[in-house]
Amino acid sequence: MPVSSLMTQPPASTKPQSEPPQVEMPARKRPLASVASAGVGASSSGSQYPVIEAIKRGETPEPRRHESVMGVPAILEVKDFQLWYGQNKALHGISMPIAEGKITSIIGPSGCGKSTLLRSVNRLNDLVDGVRTAGSISLRGEDVYARGVDVISLRKRLGMVFQKPNPFPMSIFENVVYALRISGERNKAVLEQACEKALRQAALWDEVKDRLKGSAMGLSGGQQQRLCIARAIVCEPQVLLLDEPCSALDPIATLRIEELILEIGQRYTVLIVTHNMQQAARVSDYTAFMYLGRLVEYGRTADIFQLPRLRETEDYVTGRFG
Amino acid sequence: MSQSFAEIRRRTFSSIMFGLCAGGAALIISILLLVIGYLLWIGVSSLSWEFLTAVPTGDVANPGGMRHAIDGTIILVALASAVGVPIGVLAGIYLSEYPTEYAVTGPLRFIADVLTGVPSIVVGILGYELVVVPVSRWTESSISYSGYAGAAALAFIMIPIVARTTEEMLRLVPKNYREGSLALGATRAQTIFRVVLPGAFGGVATGIMLAMGRIAGETAPLLFTALGSRLLTHNPAEPFPSLTLQIYTYATGPYPEQKRLAWAGILVLLAMLFVVNLSIRLIAARHARTRVGA
Repeated sequence: MPVSSLMTQPPASTKPQSEPPQVEMPARKRPLASVASAGVGASSSGSQYPVIEAIKRGETPEPRRHESVMGVPAILEVKDFQLWYGQNKALHGISMPIAEGKITSIIGPSGCGKSTLLRSVNRLNDLVDGVRTAGSISLRGEDVYARGVDVISLRKRLGMVFQKPNPFPMSIFENVVYALRISGERNKAVLEQACEKALRQAALWDEVKDRLKGSAMGLSGGQQQRLCIARAIVCEPQVLLLDEPCSALDPIATLRIEELILEIGQRYTVLIVTHNMQQAARVSDYTAFMYLGRLVEYGRTADIFQLPRLRETEDYVTGRFG
Repeated sequence: MSQSFAEIRRRTFSSIMFGLCAGGAALIISILLLVIGYLLWIGVSSLSWEFLTAVPTGDVANPGGMRHAIDGTIILVALASAVGVPIGVLAGIYLSEYPTEYAVTGPLRFIADVLTGVPSIVVGILGYELVVVPVSRWTESSISYSGYAGAAALAFIMIPIVARTTEEMLRLVPKNYREGSLALGATRAQTIFRVVLPGAFGGVATGIMLAMGRIAGETAPLLFTALGSRLLTHNPAEPFPSLTLQIYTYATGPYPEQKRLAWAGILVLLAMLFVVNLSIRLIAARHARTRVGA
């Protein structure tokens, strides 16, 4: 049975472009490795990837959203979200829930719009000239793109960590409590307590507790990134947005950040963009695969990596495509 | 054979070019040394404690000192900076941080660049027409030359320099610092004053010091505004002395003792500029160690 289902797979995946629930059955096929190797020879023809082909033609095929992810309580709800940079459309009708209290990763080749989507959540794209959006992104039911939304207070509810560590040119202490300072907190005891708590959660306290007044510029790259995480969680954000947080770090620092993400994921909802598939597999509960501004497949990380419903996803996560 | 000929030609050409470059550098350095040496030769012999502490006596054989002019220059530069630095820095922030249409910032930047290059005598006449004459009319007094008018002219020179250097320095602060701050819910103003400006502090301070050095050495803008004075005054509402004006008066006058004072004045002015430049270097070096992104 497994082998025959494998043979009929390509036509099966072309047909149900509009009806994702229908594909439940092919997902029961056998483990990936053998399937993938069977497809190697044919993959160069291109006909193996009907969804990608359709996207390249400019279409927006209905993504395969697994039932397992559609039912979860969502803290963020992206609905038919579109974004243009001037004339260029960067995001095409993205719809996906982000599970509350879980770690969700977004993967995809460079330029697929994953960072753009992340930066749309806290409206950081507003800073770019000529950005237009349509559709909605709701944080706890409130559309962040609704008229009259206070972007400043929205951003205070979200934490963000960037690709390159970007500690501010001030002391370690002032970096961590920056978000409190700009909200007008002056009480020294409150600031110190918040600083210690955030640094402990970011697994940095023991390394810097004796030099909190020292410049943050003196820390190593990995320490700087953990400092940025501490800075992002000091106000206990509802969602923590991580934009390829390890791409500028060495492997050991990367490992430490990944451990930290897993730990922080116990307390916060985390949305992480990564170009590193292993990282997505290691840290996240749910994974979304994007391509050229479209959501392609979205499900539990284990399913995306071991039982993907599309050959495209399967070949992407195994490094054969993209 | 032809290869070795080419080789010889290449080497000869290289030596000639090296010689020309080295010669140019040597020429510049020797001219500089000549000027400084001559200055020291004449200036130091005229420099005395009296020069720094006494005021002009009116006696051409024993003309006294330049205390009034030294004080005058310091006060003029301080007054001009008090006006020019805030306006210049704020204008620089506007040019760099507020993304308005190019239709606004483009011409603004162009005007700032043109203003930087305006001959200082023009600024002097502008100060005369726009400050001295109207104030005279308003107070119905005789021509009201004043330290304020001089400081205004100097500030006018200072503003475009400070604005453009501030803009350039702020642009060097990486974009991800601004994004990091905004993503934490900071307003644009909080981002600028808490993150961007401190990040560019060394560069901005250097620009300010450079502008201060430039205006401390200006004479032309003061000729029709501060006018100069032989009295020790700390009241900028009166005609006001400055080192450059006093040097000009003495150096172009007929009395040898006053000419000697002019040389000493030049030495003091250069020493002041040297101190300013040295502090710029120190700030820049400190800045290089703590700069963002470094």
